Amino acid sequence: MASTEFLSEYLPILIFLIIASGLSVAMIAASFLAGKQNPDKEKLAAYECGFDAFDDARNKFDVRFYLVAILFIIFDLEIAFLFPWAISLGSIGMFGFWSMAFFLGILTIGFIYEWKKGALEWE
Amino acid sequence: MEDMWNTYIWPTLIILGQIGLMIGVVMIAVAYLTYFERKVLGAMQRRQGPMTVGPFGLLQPIADGIKLFSKETIIPSQANAPVFILAPMMLFMLALLAWAVIPVDAQMVIANINVGILFLFAVSSMGVYGVLMAGWASNSRYAFLGGLRSASQMVSYEVSMGLVIVCVLLCVGSLNLTDIVVTPRPVWVQIMLLPMLVVFLVSILAETNRAPFDLPEGESELSGGFMVEYSAMTFALFFLGEYANMILMSAMCTVLFLGGWLPPFGIEVLAFVPGFIWFALKTAGVLFFFLWTRATFPRYRYDQLMRLGWKVFLPLTLLWVFVVSGMLIAFDALPQ
Repeated sequence: MASTEFLSEYLPILIFLIIASGLSVAMIAASFLAGKQNPDKEKLAAYECGFDAFDDARNKFDVRFYLVAILFIIFDLEIAFLFPWAISLGSIGMFGFWSMAFFLGILTIGFIYEWKKGALEWE
Repeated sequence: MEDMWNTYIWPTLIILGQIGLMIGVVMIAVAYLTYFERKVLGAMQRRQGPMTVGPFGLLQPIADGIKLFSKETIIPSQANAPVFILAPMMLFMLALLAWAVIPVDAQMVIANINVGILFLFAVSSMGVYGVLMAGWASNSRYAFLGGLRSASQMVSYEVSMGLVIVCVLLCVGSLNLTDIVVTPRPVWVQIMLLPMLVVFLVSILAETNRAPFDLPEGESELSGGFMVEYSAMTFALFFLGEYANMILMSAMCTVLFLGGWLPPFGIEVLAFVPGFIWFALKTAGVLFFFLWTRATFPRYRYDQLMRLGWKVFLPLTLLWVFVVSGMLIAFDALPQ
């Protein structure tokens, strides 16, 4: 019984998700039907300030974007660990505090290394 | 039959009504936020803003909506059509979905789940997918660059936003949004959280791609960023999603720092005003801050933006998590 009660808390979110998706589909579909569609070749070409696109737009990009994504994963995972730690700190006391300090200390060493290596530079 | 009506149909109808009301209010708020923005920007530049459609231009957002609705939906021939259409839908849907857990008054919340802030954080960070999908599917250089920039900007500031939320959670001891609002905070705790409020306000500007961090749009260099290929309702959904996100982030700020629906500064005399009005007023105040910064500051450079996010906010918030937790332990003020 407890598990169904727990799930029923999430039922409104599921219904909300369905309604919100339905609404966005309906809005695009209605606009597509209501507006006058008159496509031609030039209109459907990729926008590049007047001239034709040379080639596919999906080519190489700066590796720093990739680095930022990796750094983000590390720090976001760390935050995922911090959430339960933060709300239970009252009951885990000093041991919990110093364990997290140790963990974050290691992460900070890594962060300093990245900084010194220039992974955070954008010139 | 009677039993089924009472246990299933009636609760579902109530939920549907609540959701309909919430979506309606958010959509009207979005429409009038665009009006509010143009009026505030106008006033700050000593102009009048929209004045033509309706009294004081009050019908302007509706006219804009009808215009966008009746435009032609352009799907570029080079684009990946399903992803191209899915991207704005996803952003819009997520911007609405997060409202399911926002408590606008005591007991006035659609889903009072016990991990509300986690849900909010998860939903608001999924917006990055919409941006990346739009940038990639458009198959246009401007959109591609805009999508990349926007995604890395959003993830960078999400880190500091997460750490700010952790600071608040330390003082509250619960992930439930209603608990976060009602848990009393001593004055010294509030002062300790004040720098985090500043970091949070700047981070939500970057999260929602607003000026002075509106580089993904960067009209003068990217001519619209990841939205450049979009038209009609596909564009309108991006637009609505962005503004709904602005209101959502303001509401989040209200819940985390400004005391939600409670009267300001705990003044009992003001408690006769219904809670949701205080909530709306506080949210509007944060929204005014959004518009004020837009009217005041020039756009940041991309390296400045990344430096602020990674080299200032991240170390500062990380340090502050320790300051807050250390102080709470030292003064034995941790919530049990």
